[in-house]
Formats: sequence, C-alpha cells, structure tokens
Amino acid sequence: MDARALAALAANPGCRRRALLDGAGVDKGALARALGASANFGQSQFAHQRGNSFEARVKADRGETLTRLLHERLRDGSPAPEPGGVDTPDLTAVGPQGRTARTALALREATAAGRWALLDHPMVSLDVAGSPAFLEPDAVVVHPDGSWSVIEIKSFPMVDGSADPAKVGAAARQAAVYALALERVAARVGELKPDSVGEARAVRVRHQVLLVCPKDFSNLPTAELVDVRKQLSVTRRQLARLTRIEDIAAALPEGTTFDLRLADDGRTVTRPAEELTAAVDAVDAAYAPECLAACELAVHCRARSRATGAVESLGRGVRGELGGLTTVESVLAAALERTGGEPTGDPAVDALRRAAALRAEALAAPGAVACR
Amino acid sequence: MSLITTLARMEAVRDGRARPVATVLHRHLSDRPLAFVPLTTAGEAGAPLGALVGTDRDTPRLLVVPQPRNRDLRFAFLADLAEEMLPYLDSYADDVELEERKETDPETGKKVPVQVELCADAPQLLVPSAAGVAFVRLLGRSMRFRRTADQDPDTPFPAPARVPLLGRWLTHYGERSRVPGSSLLLSLTELLGRHWATGQSNLEDQHLGSLLAWIDPPEGFPGAEAALRAESARDADGQLLCPPAGPATDPAFDNKLLAPAIARYDAARAEVLGGVAGGEARLRLAENELRELIASQLRPTWDALWHGVDRLRGLPRGERVAERWKRDRWSFTGHRDRVRAGEPPQPKRDDAVTAAQKLSARETAQAQLEAQEALDDPLVMAGRRLAGEAFAGEVTEVEMAWSEAKVPRPRPLVTVRTEDRPHLEGEVKLYRVMADGRTQTGEFAGAQAPGALVVRLTGGMGRGKTPEPGSVPEPGDRMCWTLFEHAPRGGPELPDAESTPWTHGGPPDAVALGPDPDPVTEEDYL
Amino acid sequence: MIGTDCVDGGSRAGHGAEPFDPSAAAARATEAILRDTLHGAHRGVVVDSPPGAGKSTLVVRAARELAAAGRPLMVVAQTNAQVDDLVDRLATADPDLPVGRLHSSDPHPYDPVLDEHPSVRTSAKVADLAGLGIVVSTAAKWAHIKNVEPWRHAIVDEAYQMRSDALLAVAGLFERALFVGDPGQLDPFSVVGADQWAGLSYDPSASAVTTLLAHNPQLPQHRLPVSWRLPASAAPLVSDAFYPYTPFRSGTGHGERRLSFGVASDGSGPDRVLDEAAVSGWGLLELPARRTPRTDPEAVTAVAQVVRRLLDRGGAAVSERSEEPVPLTADRIAVGTAHRDQAAAVRAALTGLGVSGVTVDTANRLQGREFDVTVVLHPLSGRPDATAFHLETGRLCVLASRHRHACVVVCRAGVAELLDEHPSTEPVQLGVTVKFPDGWEANHAVLAHLSEHRVAWRP
Repeated sequence: MDARALAALAANPGCRRRALLDGAGVDKGALARALGASANFGQSQFAHQRGNSFEARVKADRGETLTRLLHERLRDGSPAPEPGGVDTPDLTAVGPQGRTARTALALREATAAGRWALLDHPMVSLDVAGSPAFLEPDAVVVHPDGSWSVIEIKSFPMVDGSADPAKVGAAARQAAVYALALERVAARVGELKPDSVGEARAVRVRHQVLLVCPKDFSNLPTAELVDVRKQLSVTRRQLARLTRIEDIAAALPEGTTFDLRLADDGRTVTRPAEELTAAVDAVDAAYAPECLAACELAVHCRARSRATGAVESLGRGVRGELGGLTTVESVLAAALERTGGEPTGDPAVDALRRAAALRAEALAAPGAVACR
Repeated sequence: MSLITTLARMEAVRDGRARPVATVLHRHLSDRPLAFVPLTTAGEAGAPLGALVGTDRDTPRLLVVPQPRNRDLRFAFLADLAEEMLPYLDSYADDVELEERKETDPETGKKVPVQVELCADAPQLLVPSAAGVAFVRLLGRSMRFRRTADQDPDTPFPAPARVPLLGRWLTHYGERSRVPGSSLLLSLTELLGRHWATGQSNLEDQHLGSLLAWIDPPEGFPGAEAALRAESARDADGQLLCPPAGPATDPAFDNKLLAPAIARYDAARAEVLGGVAGGEARLRLAENELRELIASQLRPTWDALWHGVDRLRGLPRGERVAERWKRDRWSFTGHRDRVRAGEPPQPKRDDAVTAAQKLSARETAQAQLEAQEALDDPLVMAGRRLAGEAFAGEVTEVEMAWSEAKVPRPRPLVTVRTEDRPHLEGEVKLYRVMADGRTQTGEFAGAQAPGALVVRLTGGMGRGKTPEPGSVPEPGDRMCWTLFEHAPRGGPELPDAESTPWTHGGPPDAVALGPDPDPVTEEDYL
Repeated sequence: MIGTDCVDGGSRAGHGAEPFDPSAAAARATEAILRDTLHGAHRGVVVDSPPGAGKSTLVVRAARELAAAGRPLMVVAQTNAQVDDLVDRLATADPDLPVGRLHSSDPHPYDPVLDEHPSVRTSAKVADLAGLGIVVSTAAKWAHIKNVEPWRHAIVDEAYQMRSDALLAVAGLFERALFVGDPGQLDPFSVVGADQWAGLSYDPSASAVTTLLAHNPQLPQHRLPVSWRLPASAAPLVSDAFYPYTPFRSGTGHGERRLSFGVASDGSGPDRVLDEAAVSGWGLLELPARRTPRTDPEAVTAVAQVVRRLLDRGGAAVSERSEEPVPLTADRIAVGTAHRDQAAAVRAALTGLGVSGVTVDTANRLQGREFDVTVVLHPLSGRPDATAFHLETGRLCVLASRHRHACVVVCRAGVAELLDEHPSTEPVQLGVTVKFPDGWEANHAVLAHLSEHRVAWRP
C-alpha cells in the first residue's frame, strides 16, 4: 500500500469491504476488471510527464530551490541556506528494507550535523495491519535545528496563491502519512545517544508540510505551508482501525479468498466471475457515490447497491430524513400509500406523505402561479 | 436535499427516467447563446487543446492546438477564440435603452436622477459542465494580464491583439456566474439539474451525457442503463463511446490516440524545419488528423449541449426570470463601460471592500432567487411549505379590525385553514402576492384551532381608513403566505476602497493591485 | 487561535503548587484588560471569553470606565436581544449614566423594559442620541450610519460571531476598540460560497477577530481565565474539548454546587439519569440505537420526560449564590437542540406533559444564555451520517456549556460508531489557519466523558 492508498482509507472508513481488501493488499483494480466493472481510473501520459519533469526541475539544483522556498515560507528566523550549503546525502541501497535503513541513518546524521539537508526520495516504513508498508516521500528537509519537514511536489498550479482545495486536501492527507512514518523514525533517532558534538537535539517532525506547485501558468515553482495536524490524527485513527481487519476476516465464510487465479501469463484471470462476486459480496460494503472517485471497486459496489435499491446510491445526504427506510421501494411505498391522512406516528413516513402530497398537488397544476 | 427532491429522484429510479423538480424555466435562456465546448491538456494549467464554439449548432467553429506546449500555437488558438467571441459580445453592446438611476452628485453629495444606458439584451455563454465554467475563469485569468506588442513593444512573447481583452470578458463572465440566479454564463449540467431529478446522485449528474441519458433515455432503454452506457461504454479500441464533457479528456484517449498523433505532428514539423522534402504535406496531414481526433471528442458534447438547450426551451418561462436577467444586462453594460473607459484589467485578488461588496451582493441575490423561484413555481413553493417556510390554504373567516393609533388603520384578521405546518413563533411577519402582483404584508396573530391560522393584514390596503377594494381577501379565497420576504434588500453601503479601515489593513496598496504581467519564461510549459 | 500566547490569561497560575484563587486570577485579567483599553498604545484590544467567564460584566465595567474617562463610546452587539440586554445591564449598574439605544424603524424595535430606565434614550436616528456618553446598537444598524464624527472608542461584543464584512462596514465609525467574544461558539457563516477569498487576510466570510488580528498581529490579546457559570464538573471537559490551547477553570470548587431532589427516584430512566447528573454534573440517557429522522419521537419524549421529572421531583440547587437551597423552577431549565423542528417537537411534547416556562431552543439561539440545568438532544442522535453542520464544534460547545449545575444529554446509542465511519476528506484551502479543535475529536472527547455517566432508557 502506498501513501496515496493509505490516505484514501479516510474517504470511507465505514466500508468493511475496502478495509479488508486494502489491508490484505488485494489489487482492487485487477479485481474490478475480473468482475467486469472497471472504473475510469488511469492517468494521462501528459499529466504524468509534466509531473515528472516539474519535480526534476525543482530538484535540479540539489535541493537549493526547495530549501530556499521552505525557509522563505517559514519566516522563523532560522539561518537561510547558503549556496552550496544544503547537504544531499546519497540514499542508494538495495531493496526497500535497505533503503529504509539508509534513510534512517541519513536522517540521523543530517540531524546531528546541524545543517540544512535535503533527502531526495527517501524511504520510510509504516506498520499497516501487521506488515510494513514502504513509503517514498518526494523529499524530506532536515533543518539546522534538527527538525524535519515533509516536502510534497505536485504539478497542479497555484494561481494567485490558491489551488484546487480538493487536490490540496488529498496532498495534505498523503503528506500526513509520510509525517506519521517519519515520526516513528524520529522517535528512534531521539532515543540515540547525543552525537559526538555532545549536544542533544530535539528531533521533531514539523506539522507543516511544504506543498510545492507550479506558479500561475509558468513552470516556476512556488510553495505554501500546509498544516497537517488534522490529517495526522485522521491517519492515526485509520491505521488503528485497520487492526480490526482480523475481526472482519474472522467473520467471513471459511476459505474465502480474493485470489484471481492468474494463468501463467500473469494476466488472464481463470477464476470464475461468479465465484469472485460471491467472495466480494461476503463482506459488507458501504457504497456511496463519493466512492466513484476514490475506489477502484466502486462501479461494482454501485451496481450491487442499486440492485438492492439502497437509498445511499442516490447520495449519502439522502438518508438524513428517511429514518429506518433504507430502500427506494420502501420509501416510495411509504410515501404513496393512501391512508386518509392519519398520522402514523413514524415522523419519517408522515413527512414523506406530506412531501408526496405537496409534490403531487404542485405537479397537477403546471404553470399555475404559485402564490396568489 | 429536500424530501421533495429525494422523492423525485426515487420516482426517477422507479420510472427509469428523470422527473421534474421545477415546472417553469428558472434561468434566462437566450435565443442566440454562444456555446463553448473546450478541451484542455491534462496536467497543464490553462493549456487549451481545442474547442468548438459558435451560435449555430450546425456550424460550430473548430479550434485546435496541435501541440499544446507550443506558445505560438496556443496564442493562435486564443486569437481565433477572440475572433469568434468578441464580435458576438460586441454585437450586444450598442443596442441600448435609457434607464433612470440615482447617483450621488459629486458636488452636492445628494442623490440625483441621471439617465444611463442599459443594453437591451446581453450575450450569453453556455458551457457543458461546472468544470467548463471553472475553465472559462482560468482562461480569463491566463489571458487578461498578457501584453500585446501594441501595449508594450518590449514585452517578450507578445500576445495577439484582443487576447487580453477577451481575457477580461471571460473573467467578467466567470465572476458573474458566481452570483446566484445569474445567467450570463451557465453550464448545462447545472441548468438541467435545476429542472430535473435523475435516478442517480448529484455527483453522477455532473456528467452531461449521463444526465441527459436520464432526461431523454433512448427508446427502449431505462435511464440507468443509458446513463451507464454514456458514462463508461467503450469501443473495441478502448475509447469511450461518449467522451467526457471536458475540459479534461479521457486518459485512454490521451495515451492511445492523442499522444501518437501529436508525436507524428512534432515529427512532421521537425521535418519542415529541417527542410525535408514532403514535410509540408505530412505536417498538413498530421494537423488534419489531430483536428479530426479532437473534433471526435468535442462533437458529442456539442450535440449534447444543444440537446439540453432544446429540452429547456420546452419549459414555460418563470415570471420573475426577466427581472434577474435585467441585472445581468446591467452587469454586461457595466463591464462594457469599464472596457470603453480604458480601465485596467480586473486585479488578481479583490481588495477588502470589493470582496465584502461581492459577498453581500451574492447573499442578496441568493435570497431574491430563493423567493422568486418559489413565487414562480408551485413545485418550489411546495418545498418551502414542507420546510415550514410558507403555508397555503383557504380563507374561512375575515374579521375587520383597526389599529389603536390616533388615525386608526385597517388591520383585518384573516383565518386561513391549512394542512401545512409553518414554523410560526410570536408575531412573525408574513407576505403574499396580491392579485395585482403587489406584495401584501401581514403578521401571525395566533391559531384559532389546529390548522386554522389567523393572519393580521398590515399592508397593501392603501392609505385610508377603509381598505382599498380587493385588498382584503374573502372567505373561500385560496391564498399562500410566506415567512420569507419577496424582495429582500441588500446590505448597507460599504466604505470606498480608499477608506478601508485599520481593522482591514487600511487603504489597499495601489501597486500591489496593479496588473503585473505574469512571469514569462523561455518555455512556459513543460 | 493556535499558538497565540495570551499575555494576561493567568491560567497557568492555578497549575502550580499554590492553590488557585479564581477571583484573584479573574481580577488580574480584568485589570490588565482595562489598563490596555484605557491607557494602552494600541488601537485595539482583544479579549477571549470562554462560556460564563463574565464577559457581560467586563463589557459593562469597561463601558462605565470609558464613559467616566469622558470618552464617547459606541457599543456594537450582534443581535437586538444582546443590545437590549446590555443596555438594561448598563442602566441597572449605573442609573445615572445616560445611555442611547439606537434602533431600527421596524415595529417593536427594542425591548420595552428599556423604557423603564429614565437614563436610557431610544431613537432610530443617531442625531437624536448625540451627546450621550454611550450609544448601543446592532452591527447591522451601525452599518447604516454615515457621515458622522467618529467615536473615540468602541466596544465590539460577540466579536467572534461577527463577520469580517460586518466589521468592515462599521470600523470607520470608531478610532479604537475593545473586541470581546467567545472563540468556542458557533462561527459566522455565509449562505453563498466564499471560497474564492479563502486565505485572504480580509476574507469577508471569516470572523471579525480573524481579520483584525491578521492585519494587526501586535494587538494585545487577553483571556478571561475563569468560568463562573460552569461547575467544577464541567469546566475541565469543556476546556479540554473545546479550548485545548486556551484552557480555563471553574470559579467554584467540587461540592460548592449541589443539586438535590425532594422526591426519590422511581427507578425509571429519566429519574436515574437525573440522579446521576445531580451527583456528577453530567448524565447520558441512552436510547437504543436506531436510525431516525431529525424529530425522533422517542428521543423527544425522553427529553420531555426528563424535564417533567426534574420539575416533579422538587429539584433544589445550592450554590455560592445562596446557602439555602433554591427551588429549581422552569425558568432555570433549558432544552437545547440542533434544529428548529426538533425544538418545536420538544415544545409540543412539553405542552403535552403540562410543562410551561422552560426555554427550548437551538444552539444558535442559546448562545450567551445561562441556566441551572440543561437537557440536550445530542446533535448526532439517530443520524445515519455525521455532516459538517452536526460536527461543528461550536454547536456542541454551546449545548454543553449553558448550565450552572448539571447537563443531561439524551442520545441514541451508536454515535461513536457513526463518528468512526465519518469520511475525512475535507478540502484544504491554502493560507487558511486550521481551526481547532477538530469537530470529530471534540465530539469523541465529550462522548467518552458522557459514557461514564450513562443510563439506559427505561420509560
């Protein structure tokens, strides 16, 4: 699971299906294709290229631009990075474990050095439902005071200092995952003995991350600090919840698996779709239309939700005034039943009948002036 | 969402087609709107890929940027767009009527009536979806600070003439569209969604094809199936049968068709620059191929947009829509005057006073819109009645009474029998429309019995001791009282920007608000 | 308001070894506020006042001292009720002080009680009130006053509930001002989108204090450190949950406020939850989990029953105000809800039980008010989902901080699960200061505390 997927858990924490599939590391996109309900996910190569070249551009000067932007935005009186004054430790190592260890070491050394340092694509890990997830932030800056900042580089623009709030929100949640993983590293570094200088340094991960984006309509970078404290606490909550996956799994019928039984070519699914559907249906989903933008399996869940007539398929907000009525059929039946206007005692049903009567009255007189 | 709308959505699920949530058209729809269907390049900010634009549904103008990263080609696109849009905008500028308005005389400080011009009609811009409205704003922002060679001979990469001017107009239209009930710039998804409820969610309604599939499902297809097809059906090549309404393109289109076509275009262009024989022909070929590709993505949306317009034109017009459209005409006339007066482009950010003025104006517009829609449309009023903000019923009793002033005024007590349950507390003010269109005021004077509400009439009866004929209802009349005002007024006048108080940073720095051109780099797109 | 260290809060005084003296702490804060207001160099002074911390007392005192110093004073409040209440308090505190009540030209523009004060002059025209030391009105009315000599001083009351654009409309009327308000209550809002100005220092939809401090960060900021309303059982919870970075304490100690009943419990849910609340200051009457529309008849009945029993059982309150038990009468009880239709349903249910005189209102309208006992219908009770409206911290804060003795919350089970399933995908606007506490966290904190005082509903 990458940081984006972890951050996306917060989109629908009530969905047991998603929690289980994500916690078990199932490729939901492949599963959706096998179920014949793939979503319109995918990235344009133009967007991909622009993202990559923008990141390469802002990192081209070995971290000086990024560190300068960070320092300018912080305005905390710390010494400005001098030209050539930003360390960029080498983080090459073999395998994710190796890179994680190399990153932790580099962080420790940079923290002890008391200088600006930029870690380009470090690797950190986070325990997700019992197994480590390896995460790769765009960059982490170590400040001369020993604190660390997450840098998130995105290719959507900041026009006149503002950017698409939905995209900034997603970036903030993603950055919070990195910050959380870094906090775990910081806790370990903090336990280490003070370095040879003999000066104990407070190791802390700053709660403001630097979001770097193209400025206006140019390819010049600009940046803003984003406070991710709320996203951090959300992420902590979601990770804690993921430990409950075992309970969800325990409630499944014996032998339930989401294995696609790929053929030797590694692509062709040999498991019958009915079998997969049954396996997926064995665990409850909490579908809402918002899922369509956040989960690969949403098209499948939507079809199931509609088939059962669940009112949520029309939007989460629809439920508010319907009380115990959960299907379209039951709502319509309750609304249209003629009982001579006697109150039923169920306020949801009474309100629905009044709504249906008012609606029918208004539709019966099209073109009539409403209020005379 | 009100229960009435929820019910309408559920009826749509049951019937397999959209159900009405309005009985009249609540927005102005021009007889000659300018439709604009833009596409943008994924990942870039404000780098258009192409557009269909025009007032005639059968002959739209196709504009294409064969290589979106090329500044000259982008400028050529914008110049063509200006050539298409500005004459349309201009064509409304000179047909004016005279209106009387009160203005403050700078010498006496008194309000005096002056004659001012008001454009008799205004140009209307239609785009497919809310994302299209945002793109109009973004285009406006990207164009209005550009400098032309005329403005500044030294400017690097001068923009074609008229491009900054179009940027100002698009900015104005984009900003006006934030005013509730305004109709200068509208999206079809918003327009259709205001009048029909589909059997899917609001989020899914943002897809114009899918929304129309519910409103007008093809023969023999239930709405849900037609919508699903519009949303996700693909051909053997993996391309969507109904391309998205933009401005974003489908990634599969970008990766499979567009990218190779642009690559062929780039190669041919390199050949032309390198003097390779036959390069010109290949370049034309590549360009034509791109035009066809982009048109293939635009045309279905273009047709859908007009299809939606047809459906909307089938609705009777709301009575008070013209009143709101008049404010749109004022807005258009005002901007025309600012452009003619040579004022600089709109600043990047509003100053404190402008921001507060806009917010206040929009809140007033929202209150007016809500009142007018309810008065124009019994179905909207039904929602207000359900919410306890209005009640309708039959007059059962009228008792004459007078106020206790020195000159007693008529204050008749009217009992209305209703099944509605308005939220009446204390002597809450009430309003109704009288037969002559004027508003009568009243106040709640208690309930005689459950469902028998007494209203004390307080206005609309003339100046005398006896009410004017017809101003007091009679038993048997049906009437509808609202708890909301029918013509809510705006907020107080705010200080001039130059008098911005210390609490809000004092008068704005003139320099900071000046129209600094955007930074230009050698290659401004990646 | 994160990270703004208050200069004179005095809150830390109580956490040391020395015993906390609430009166002294409050007096120190008040003195510092008045010093800055009357003699300070800054054009503005900001005072944060948690629930029941003596804001009105402070405003009355500051107004009288400014008037005594011969400085013409205008007072800006947000609603007509607040203006009338202030004028009444001023005239009662100093019957010789000439006070002007500037009002609208609507019928019944002000509370007739003001006519009983000979020193109060009322008018819809500001010219009629010229020469009076103090003129009080609503922000909306002040905004229409033009072309007058600016007042030397202003007091802006409930400044956190005032919108930035409303301050813009009146700030030209005064030279200096004291801004007083409660940052924990409901934020001002706009019925139309204001996103395009998010992040601007003068975002017109933000609170007046946010704009003021963004442009004048050097202004002295004070905090009233003691809640005289909230009992010792409530102040820590309300302070931790809603004012995590600006804590306050209760002015009274444990045991100083007592609630007792003349009639013993009949063992029913309402009686048991009342007993629990009498002992601990909090009670949670929990109904079985069920999805309901807003006006959940069972919950409404439960609320009404609790109120009925509260009156029937001959409640009596002992507090620092009186050694003798004071009978708990209907006017000392309030019911708080999130929605108007809920309030209407509770009123109807109370009428059905023969109860009258109990205040029943929404959080918005209960702001600034005080009762001995409150009965609250939890905003999330029976809901299928939490929304931003229902999670707004200000709403819960208002509902949980109106009482002097005890607060009984009526709620369906399942709110904790509902909170857990709430999606957290809020958009983020660049440049906007993150508001704390988070609604989710605050709701969980309150719920966790309430669950220790849970009584299951048995009619």
